[in-house]
Amino acid sequence: MATRHSRSAARLMMAPAVILLLGWMLVPLTMTLWFSFRKYLPLRGGDLGWAGLENYSRFVSSSAFWPSVQATLIIVGGVLAITVCLGILLALLLDQPMWGQGVVRILVIAPFFVMPTVSALVWKNMFMDPVNGLFAHLFKAFGAEPVSWLSQAALPSIILIVSWQWLPFATLILLTAIQSLDREQLEAAEMDGAPPLKRFWHIILPHLSRAVTVVILIQTIFLLSVFAEIFVTTQGAFGTRTLTYLIFQRVLESQNVGLGSAGGVYAIILANIVALFLMRIVGKNLDR
Amino acid sequence: MGRITLDKVTKSFGAVEVIPPLDLTIEDGEFTVFVGPSGCGKSTLLRLIAGLEDVSSGQIRIDSKDATDVPPARRGLAMVFQSYALYPHMSVRKNIAFPLRMARMDRAEIDRRVEAAASVLNLTDYLDRRPGQLSGGQRQRVAIGRAIVREPAAFLFDEPLSNLDAALRVGMRLEISELHERLTTTMIYVTHDQVEAMTMADRIVVLRAGHIEQVGSPLELYRTPRNLFVAGFIGSPRMNFIEGELARRVGAHTLGIRPEHIAVSDSGGEWSGTVGVSEHLGSDTMFHVHGTGLAETITVRADGEVGFKHGDRIHMTPRPDAMHRFDAAGLRIG
Ligand SMILES: Nc1ncnc2c1ncn2[C@@H]1O[C@H](COP(=O)(O)OP(=O)(O)OP(=O)(O)O)[C@@H](O)[C@H]1O
Ligand SMILES: [Mg+2]
Repeated sequence: MATRHSRSAARLMMAPAVILLLGWMLVPLTMTLWFSFRKYLPLRGGDLGWAGLENYSRFVSSSAFWPSVQATLIIVGGVLAITVCLGILLALLLDQPMWGQGVVRILVIAPFFVMPTVSALVWKNMFMDPVNGLFAHLFKAFGAEPVSWLSQAALPSIILIVSWQWLPFATLILLTAIQSLDREQLEAAEMDGAPPLKRFWHIILPHLSRAVTVVILIQTIFLLSVFAEIFVTTQGAFGTRTLTYLIFQRVLESQNVGLGSAGGVYAIILANIVALFLMRIVGKNLDR
Repeated sequence: MGRITLDKVTKSFGAVEVIPPLDLTIEDGEFTVFVGPSGCGKSTLLRLIAGLEDVSSGQIRIDSKDATDVPPARRGLAMVFQSYALYPHMSVRKNIAFPLRMARMDRAEIDRRVEAAASVLNLTDYLDRRPGQLSGGQRQRVAIGRAIVREPAAFLFDEPLSNLDAALRVGMRLEISELHERLTTTMIYVTHDQVEAMTMADRIVVLRAGHIEQVGSPLELYRTPRNLFVAGFIGSPRMNFIEGELARRVGAHTLGIRPEHIAVSDSGGEWSGTVGVSEHLGSDTMFHVHGTGLAETITVRADGEVGFKHGDRIHMTPRPDAMHRFDAAGLRIG
């Protein structure tokens, strides 16, 4: 790919994909931008003309805005922390030679194949239900008062559900990273007098840094737009209204497309701020 | 101090016995080389000494203290791996300092030792680079640096030069030999390259399938190989083996003669044949001679200027005092 000729050929061949992707991205983006400047109430008169920045100022000044940003960040941060930490532990565990390794690995990966709606329903009805849930039975068995998870600890519950879904992804990527670690490095460290914890800290963790970065970046993209898990469980109540969910409510429940679109633009800005932060903190791991 | 004794050490992986009972003593300050063909258990033996593998039975003593169950870090040995096993995310300085940091040595002492090691190994200019930014030979030196700062009782090398090109290999060979002269620490060196073994070793241990075939100084092995295997393994090019009538006449099953102990001539000699391939090394020339009636090929080493061509008739005379006799079991006679 070094010559000028082959580079221009490469550009030509990449063009269709790039154009398709651009169109894919630009059309909805422009429509969102367009609607965000209109007063558009589908059930109350339709497109009622230019609105200026009114949608933007109304969306931010709504009392639900800042709590929703906060909820979004807490969910993203919580899930990232849980999946990365547990993912590293699980990956270390799965890397050990053990009986039934193949089956265990498949079982660990299984949650990733369950659709978000289904897994949220399963968690809500089978585990977290205050009357029939498994947790409730467990609490009762120990003589404790069952917790009504989705109202008393709604945000942690949602973080738990989403983490459960994303843990396999993190584990899988981190496991492959651990497996690519040169065994002789660990043996060298062992001979150099590093006990297991120090070997983990000085050798394994730095080796994993790139994989952790990939996990964090990819998960963040998806976690910023978590929706089904909230829709199925709390419907945005008890402090679980994320930015995504707030936009959904504005558009569908209040039937205000303009306001929702302005929210969408804020969501893009938030995502970019988060991405900027992440690239600052962990992105340098990638360019090695 | 670094006297290492293996006492009836065995190692099995599952049902496969890789090292049958083996006794060996490596004296303090000795440069010992393990040689043998691929898969004969050299690395396994070294890893047993290092403690990276557990012995299946037997005892390992370091300085007459039982070290069989001592973890690798506390055996006081340092190892240089074939892949160097440098820590890629640490600078050269941190790599070399790592064992000292693990030993909780104080900063100033660490710096002093790292600087000293770096100057011995010509690494001073590279201390702040990452291993990925170094050449193969430099990486090798970092690995050696990481080993010497600990001032271990013995160094273990597992084919440390096999990833280097020929010229660099010769250079590093000298450097390691010099290092040994300077440190006078016990060194155990694994290789399958018999030139490395011959040039560096005080003592060579020839292994085959986990068995020790012979232990001795390079010249002992060269002059009096105990059996056919050692005779064929030590020396380059390989010793010629002659069976049949000629061997029977001197009371042997196999007769061995090294290529450098055969004189060539174009007029007359004891044996004669046709020159096949000839390899010109400049200083010497190797002729592969066919049709002698003694063996399929006889290899001869002659002066570089001797000019036989493919298909020429060649006459050869072996040096009678350099003949090795072996019996039917392959053991040396006399
Ligand atoms: N972890 C292991 N499990 C099972 N068998 C093993 C293991 N490690 C080594 N072996 C076997 O033990 C034998 C000796 O291996 P070893 O690595 O010591 O050979 P080597 O002499 O170092 O060879 P080379 O010159 O190719 O490095 C080989 O037959 C190998 O297949
Ligand atoms: Mg080996």
